[in-house]
Amino acid sequence: MSNLQEKVKKIFSDEKLDLLIGFEKGTLPLRAAPSFVRKSEDLDKLIFDITCQNNLAKHLLNEIKRNPDQKIGIIAKGCDARAIIHLISEKQLERKKIIIIGVPCCGVISPFKLKNVLNGREVTDCTINNETVICKGKDYEKEISRTDILSGYCLSCQYPNAPEYDYFIGEQTKPAPPEKQFEKVDELEKMTPDERWEYFKKEYSKCIRCNACRNACPMCFCDECFIDRNKPRWVGKGNDISDIMIYHIMRAIHLAGRCTSCGACSRACPMGIDIEALNKRVTKEIKERFGFTAGLDCEKNPALADYKTDDNDEFIM
Amino acid sequence: MENFEPKIMTFLCNWCSYAGADLAGVSRLQYPANTRVIRVPCSGRVDPLFILKCLQDGYDGVLVSGCHPGDCHYLSGNYFARRKFAVLKASLEFIGVESERVHFSWVSAGEGEKFSQVISKVIESVKKIGPAQKLVKKR
Ligand code: FES
Repeated sequence: MSNLQEKVKKIFSDEKLDLLIGFEKGTLPLRAAPSFVRKSEDLDKLIFDITCQNNLAKHLLNEIKRNPDQKIGIIAKGCDARAIIHLISEKQLERKKIIIIGVPCCGVISPFKLKNVLNGREVTDCTINNETVICKGKDYEKEISRTDILSGYCLSCQYPNAPEYDYFIGEQTKPAPPEKQFEKVDELEKMTPDERWEYFKKEYSKCIRCNACRNACPMCFCDECFIDRNKPRWVGKGNDISDIMIYHIMRAIHLAGRCTSCGACSRACPMGIDIEALNKRVTKEIKERFGFTAGLDCEKNPALADYKTDDNDEFIM
Repeated sequence: MENFEPKIMTFLCNWCSYAGADLAGVSRLQYPANTRVIRVPCSGRVDPLFILKCLQDGYDGVLVSGCHPGDCHYLSGNYFARRKFAVLKASLEFIGVESERVHFSWVSAGEGEKFSQVISKVIESVKKIGPAQKLVKKR
């Protein structure tokens, strides 16, 4: 039994949890699946490593919606914990009903990057080492450096450890250097607006409107999303570039002051669209303009649900 | 481009800017007739989606105008709106949409003069960048 399993087992019985949400080995190599454990003996299947790419806060929210009376423990990377904390600040979750079990995160794999590194070849077996991952498939074996396949969000992550937790298993990880946080945004900002427009047009034109980004996102919990409305029909559902653009801009705006940069959307995207750039640009605006960072404080009002009478209005006539 | 007459959508708060526009009319102030007006209960009612929708439908520019800070009929609608608009503006600029397309102003019921100036300024800046193209949906 691993250290993680042992410690979680103790927490499970000490806290009398009804449910523990964590990760278990998935059916595909290098891809963990969310795990829902209701019996202590099943805790032996828990894992935590770089394959744990989903944001579990989404599942927590769904579970609470299903049955609000259960006491739930959850294994949380820095970003899962931040999403939970933010959801508490939005009164979607109750702090006292959730046991946050922090785990040190060294980043998770971006499936799209992995696919590119392997030129689309299928992985049938793998070994995860400290610095590298060895992928095996039909007629090949390849050793890949971890940093080549980690999600861009993870390489720039400022909060790899849960900012608030009830238990923490293991030793806290170091965050990425602060200048990394908005590196991608800064680079794009050096371009002219027309160059950026071309960049985004190219990125978003890959979009097949599958809505995987929305479904993976713990902050997209509306019962009816604006893109699903028919009366009025705000945005077309097809692959018209104007509709696609408006969908992505609106999603970024709906996430303003709420996005915890977990990157679940990017990793869920089957087309490898750069969702990160725009979302991070908004995060940067919120941070610089309003001094707010989502998911750090359960008590604090989200940036757009708050105001100061002397907020800057240099852009208003 | 010389004869380009832009189409501008304006969202005017019922309690101030709409009355300001009315005053401009009653005072017979001249301003270009390129605007269509949608009266809203408060600038806080304006969802960024409304603005994007206008750009998608081919409006060359959008103006949202509400009460001055502190004057909002609902006390804080315009404060929330100000935050939303800041985010929308930053997002549009980042995507590469001309920042001259979308404007915001505070115009009170007594500022007919200011209203006509705001409209002139908006139209002037939209004229400079020409007809909308980027977000327009081709039908
Ligand atoms: S009532 Fe005019 S902005 Fe709120």
